[in-house]
Amino acid sequence: MTTVTEAPPLAPAPPEPEPPRRRGRWTPYLLLLPGLLWLLVFFALPVVYQASTSVQTGSLEEGYQVTWHVATYWEALSEYWPQFVRSVLYAASATVLCLLLGYPLAYLIAFRAGRWRNLIMILVIAPFFTSFLIRTLAWKTILADGGPVVGALDALHVLDVTAWLGWTAGDRVLATPLAVVCGLTYNFLPFMILPLYTSLERIDPRLHEAANDLYARPSTTFRKVTFPLSMPGVVSGTLLTFIPATGDYVNADLLGSTDTRMVGNVIQSQFLRVLDYPTAAALSFILMAAILIMVTLYIRKSGTEDLV
Amino acid sequence: MTTTNDTTASANGGDVRLTGIGKTYGSFTAVHPLDLTVPQGSFFALLGASGCGKTTTLRMIAGLEEPTSGTVHLGDQDVTALPPYKRPVNTVFQSYALFPHLDIFENVAFGLRRRGIKSVKKQVEEMLELVQLGEQARKKPHQLSGGQQQRVAVARALINHPKVLLLDEPLGALDLKLRRQMQLELKRIQTEVGITFVHVTHDQEEAMTMADTVAVMNAGRVEQLGSPADLYENPRTTFVANFLGTSNFIEAEVDTGSGDDVVLKAGGGRLVLPGARNRATATAGARILVGVRPEKISLTHADDADGIPEGRNRITGRITGAGFIGVSTQFVVDSPVCSDFEVYVQNIDRDPRLVPGAEVVLHWNPAHTFGLDANQSLLAGTVGSAGVATVEEEVAR
Amino acid sequence: MTFVNWLKRRLVVVAGLFTLAYLLLPNVIVTVFSFNDPKGRFNYEWQEFSTEAWRDPCGVSGLCGSLTLSLQIALWATLGATLLGTLIAFALVRYRFRARGAVNSLIFLPMAMPEVVMAASLLTLFLNMGARLGFWTILIAHIMFCLSFVVVAVKARVMSMDPRLEQAAQDLYAGPVQTFLRVTLPIAAPGIAAGALLAFALSFDDFIITNFNAGSTVTFPMFVWGSAQRGTPVQINVIGTAMFVVAVALVLVSMAVGNRRNRRKA
Repeated sequence: MTTVTEAPPLAPAPPEPEPPRRRGRWTPYLLLLPGLLWLLVFFALPVVYQASTSVQTGSLEEGYQVTWHVATYWEALSEYWPQFVRSVLYAASATVLCLLLGYPLAYLIAFRAGRWRNLIMILVIAPFFTSFLIRTLAWKTILADGGPVVGALDALHVLDVTAWLGWTAGDRVLATPLAVVCGLTYNFLPFMILPLYTSLERIDPRLHEAANDLYARPSTTFRKVTFPLSMPGVVSGTLLTFIPATGDYVNADLLGSTDTRMVGNVIQSQFLRVLDYPTAAALSFILMAAILIMVTLYIRKSGTEDLV
Repeated sequence: MTTTNDTTASANGGDVRLTGIGKTYGSFTAVHPLDLTVPQGSFFALLGASGCGKTTTLRMIAGLEEPTSGTVHLGDQDVTALPPYKRPVNTVFQSYALFPHLDIFENVAFGLRRRGIKSVKKQVEEMLELVQLGEQARKKPHQLSGGQQQRVAVARALINHPKVLLLDEPLGALDLKLRRQMQLELKRIQTEVGITFVHVTHDQEEAMTMADTVAVMNAGRVEQLGSPADLYENPRTTFVANFLGTSNFIEAEVDTGSGDDVVLKAGGGRLVLPGARNRATATAGARILVGVRPEKISLTHADDADGIPEGRNRITGRITGAGFIGVSTQFVVDSPVCSDFEVYVQNIDRDPRLVPGAEVVLHWNPAHTFGLDANQSLLAGTVGSAGVATVEEEVAR
Repeated sequence: MTFVNWLKRRLVVVAGLFTLAYLLLPNVIVTVFSFNDPKGRFNYEWQEFSTEAWRDPCGVSGLCGSLTLSLQIALWATLGATLLGTLIAFALVRYRFRARGAVNSLIFLPMAMPEVVMAASLLTLFLNMGARLGFWTILIAHIMFCLSFVVVAVKARVMSMDPRLEQAAQDLYAGPVQTFLRVTLPIAAPGIAAGALLAFALSFDDFIITNFNAGSTVTFPMFVWGSAQRGTPVQINVIGTAMFVVAVALVLVSMAVGNRRNRRKA
């Protein structure tokens, strides 16, 4: 063997290089101060207040006192666990649907669109310019009873299947879980497509060629190269879809019925109509904790802590 | 269009035979239909500036680019219609295209696994030993240096025992010293495994060091094909003469062209060119470009002109520049027939009188002269002329 | 058989275009129904063609007022969030300081929290402080949740900027202020602009947080929400369609201008 001098292996690059120390020791703190103060007072402090509200007792008329009444949590959970389960179920279904629908489109934009790429990008973002409430209301028309969409689904016997699964009731789609999931999917689809597109677009097309050259047919190339490399996009896309979908109450309210109420609906009505602040705060706190735990587990599991 | 003389229609299936293969994109012709045979076991280089069609040709062999016309044969098998994943050909990509999500072991095992081979461990380990990366098997590509990544790319392709290994600017991303080492390394591996290598490069030195046969490409055509020494000594066009090394050209007029030698008139002087080395028509009065390489020329101070032996081609001039580069000194000489004649003089005994401003006589053995058709640009293939300037950009990338 | 093969080869394209249709269908419906003349209070069923709503977009009481209010809030929230967020982004990229990790997570958390949680907790704060809900509480909330997005957008741009550019400016006799104004800021500008646009869009279209913290103040999304309960005037579709058309036209024009500029440079 001829001698080849070994170049020292490059150390793995840290995710974010430490910026150089500069003159002006106080400058960074001055720059940070106003914004961080804002977040501390109007984001972090409210969480503390909410925690304290959740263990208060009393009434609107006589005022509330902190009595460490943790039973509120238990009561809230035992009364509203179906809404919690429903929220997670709906949000998870919507997330899976978003992934299934969004991946082909992101792939299309990244690799196949050619000169149409910019136009399709604009069309993906453009719906944002119309208020999402107006667009969600449009689904009432699309899924209207006896309308063309429902008629087609009925004719194809899709509704029989979904009714059997409990997603729809009779020949209606509106006011059923399917309508709510459909609306959630629609509302958060761009949040899936954009991160997917970003991570797909970063893939060097030569890696596809290299896989092809190494005997991987197109489907294998996708499974072994493209999809694994798009994992950062998949992870952030599912998070960006799942988190807001879990807390959403707009779709359940506009497209659903009393049987499709999600935890967001409960929090909203407890806070703004029933005015039972401790219960509402406890529910909101449980939701926050549940999401933080789920997200942490998910990120651990997908092994992409350094990518998020 | 060029065809190799090698027509050994062999039973061994490693010949690459391109027949009338061409590629056009819209109105732009990347590769004009060309015929080319790369014999089994040879180290073949496609040399040219960026955009000359060399990479497109390589990609058509790999199946990554569909030819507009013509066919690709590997041995007796027509593979033109086969997708890349069905061709017994592997590629070492420019900047390697290693899979960043897989470690070195899995990168090398990729092709084996795709072909359904279950027990890959032994083969991968042997291959990693061959490229001296046994220790790095579980590292990710970004943890390796450029030279190591390059060897992974070679290992990843070679482990499949392809009939042909294609190398697309495999050393372009390495610094000069590492590049020299890898050139030797690749040559060693090629000798060891005996697989046909087709190597694309814009670096003439790299092509000449490594390849048995070099095809010089320009604007989608093969300008000339031959062994490195043959291309260097007997260029057929100014492009080849300039792209491979440096050449001096004198425009001359044929005086007598009948005998073995062609006698020419240039700037009042007389030059002799061996007829066998003349590519142009040598009828009396015709114009010919006379070329000579800088290192073939001797430089003598005008005061010593009487000592120059008879029978050598001579030209008088004045030194306008001298660059000392250690092993040699590179002079630029202004002469009536050519304003910037380049002369490389070995630093054996340095004549202290040879400084800018000195009157000198340039002289060389007529056998080192070559003649080219005068109807072509003197500057084709030089740095700064269209096409070659972009080589610098390509390297910078 | 040929159709199956064709479909197989174009599977990605067909599936992608289906998704695109799914994304755009509601906008088509919104546009079509802006020309409806509904019987009754709700505009969910097609009756007959009419341009009445287009001729009188402010014909519903409170609609245009809520639109103006939303625009005002969005403008101020954009200004506030962009200013505060840009400062943070520069501090994060350009300086070393203690508690970087804590600062980073404080910025990340608002983006990783369901809106309803932020909305509810902010409301408990306001209730505890006895603040009067209205314009100011909405603005405070909007600046809060837009801030993080601005930081991310600006940070990405500033981080990709070569620090040697600033050194080069200083080498060429620019003082710190000059360097910032003539080199750093112009280069960071696209990131700041992107952050500002995002903040504007988020604020203008926000419903959940506003719903909790608005009291009796009605922004445009709040107006739409209210009308979904009481009856949807066609004018809502008119406004939605107009915003869509104007925004897409702006994007196309800016792209055309950009293209032409690039071509001139080339």
